[in-house]
Amino acid sequence: MNKQRYSSTYAISPKKRMVKRMNIKNFKDNCAKIVFILAACISILAVALICIFLLANGIPGIAKIGVFKFLTGKVWKPGNSIYGILPMILGSIYVTAGALIIGVPTGIATAVFMSRFASKRTVKIMSQAVSLLAGIPSVVYGFFGLVVVVPLVRDLFGVSGTSMLAASIVLGIMILPTIISISEPALDAVPNAYYEGALALGATHERAVFRVILPAAKSGVTASVVLGVGRAIGEAMAVMMVAGNQPRMPKGILEGVRTLTSNIVMEMGYATDLHREALIATAVVLFVFILIINILFSVLKRRAKL
Amino acid sequence: MTKIKINNLNLFYGSFQALKNINLSIEANEITAFIGPSGCGKSTLLKTINRMNDLVEGCKIDGEVLLDGENVYGNMDTTLLRKRVGMVFQKPNPFPMSIYDNVAFGPRTHGIRGKAKLDDIVERSLRDAAIWDELKDRLNKDALGISGGQQQRLCIARALAVEPEVLLMDEPTSALDPVSTSKIEELATSLKEKYTIVIVTHNMQQAVRISDKTAFFLLGEVIESGNTERLFSVPRDKRTEDYITGRFG
Repeated sequence: MNKQRYSSTYAISPKKRMVKRMNIKNFKDNCAKIVFILAACISILAVALICIFLLANGIPGIAKIGVFKFLTGKVWKPGNSIYGILPMILGSIYVTAGALIIGVPTGIATAVFMSRFASKRTVKIMSQAVSLLAGIPSVVYGFFGLVVVVPLVRDLFGVSGTSMLAASIVLGIMILPTIISISEPALDAVPNAYYEGALALGATHERAVFRVILPAAKSGVTASVVLGVGRAIGEAMAVMMVAGNQPRMPKGILEGVRTLTSNIVMEMGYATDLHREALIATAVVLFVFILIINILFSVLKRRAKL
Repeated sequence: MTKIKINNLNLFYGSFQALKNINLSIEANEITAFIGPSGCGKSTLLKTINRMNDLVEGCKIDGEVLLDGENVYGNMDTTLLRKRVGMVFQKPNPFPMSIYDNVAFGPRTHGIRGKAKLDDIVERSLRDAAIWDELKDRLNKDALGISGGQQQRLCIARALAVEPEVLLMDEPTSALDPVSTSKIEELATSLKEKYTIVIVTHNMQQAVRISDKTAFFLLGEVIESGNTERLFSVPRDKRTEDYITGRFG
């Protein structure tokens, strides 16, 4: 289509020169197309390879241990060849839930503020800050957790400090940029007519924002939370640095906890044979979690028409 | 009885003067129509009455708008003003929530909580807006799922639910089909018993059909105003005559 338009626009130039130019252009177009197709193939190939690797190495391990024993076993003792990952599944779920309790209200409130309350200048500064927050490496978050959050928990509650609570706080901060950067455009996209309609009924600015605009953006906001869950559940480094990592059933928010991710990172270095397979199988479980979350996200995103 | 009196009103968007020295009286329990070509300031004037122009950046107003003798640009609380002066917009704008919640939004905003009381208000408002029979079985359905004409009548019901004294209608039928339009017109005519209605319209036939008084706007000025019948049959100003006979606009 484009080529045709191009040729008709330049129909004034002599025919031969035009044909030559067209050929060069065709060649360039084709080259570009091949490069893009290759690039696309690489990303698809990467996903496919990861899937194949995980399943091929993880499934036999699960089969050897037994699906039920593996998923619901409460004891993880590689030395005695006991591989139950229920503690880690629960650990991941609890830590993520804690992160949501801290991160979701803060993130949504921030997005609402940026979208409907802050001045343009403030928004500019804040979005810079949010993208910076998104770009901080997770090991730095972990380090922050280790030197600030863990001592805080230790001093406040008189426990060792490395705990589910510390992990939840650090993760809660880490999911903020995800939640803010997806919720804010969703709030911005709510038609002004809703806002005007609410004001015309005598609603204050606050009421119009919280009772009409925020509910109107709920698909987008929910999508941001789902993506935040994905980020929290998949985080390894920061969590490992502050969570304590004891492979036992979670005992309370002030006690140490081990997640699926930290389970893999902690032991992969020296694991062999079935132990190694059990760790890869842990990754399979994590992968399934992420898969579910991504499907949920795309469904919500479609509904929000983002 | 005069419900709204506008005295020496000038309105500026930045350096552009959108309204020039407007003086106009709007009578209670009548329908007053604002007509004129696009960009003549009729919607702008409508929005000064419930202060929706406050939302526009760089909008400056001098002069006064008296509602029952009290200046709305004085010490009046804008939320209370907008409770007294309801508005229906050009494009139906029901909130993306249930039909019931749409109508109940206004009363809830003004502190009414009881379920029975809200049920009453919702039914009465929908009846007043002549849409109760069509919607009574799907009050809990999404308001965006009904037709455009129904949405607009729902918006009227939503405005009526806060028991306003004045109802401002900003080209309420311009996005609707002829059948829905005539329903809204009938509705407006029946509502003037209880409410004072000001309607902005592009459609001169509509003004003739439903309004008691008409004001003709041109380039930010009121050229002529008076009884609708008189204005359309014996216009006093040459420009009014040119407009209503279709010579421009």
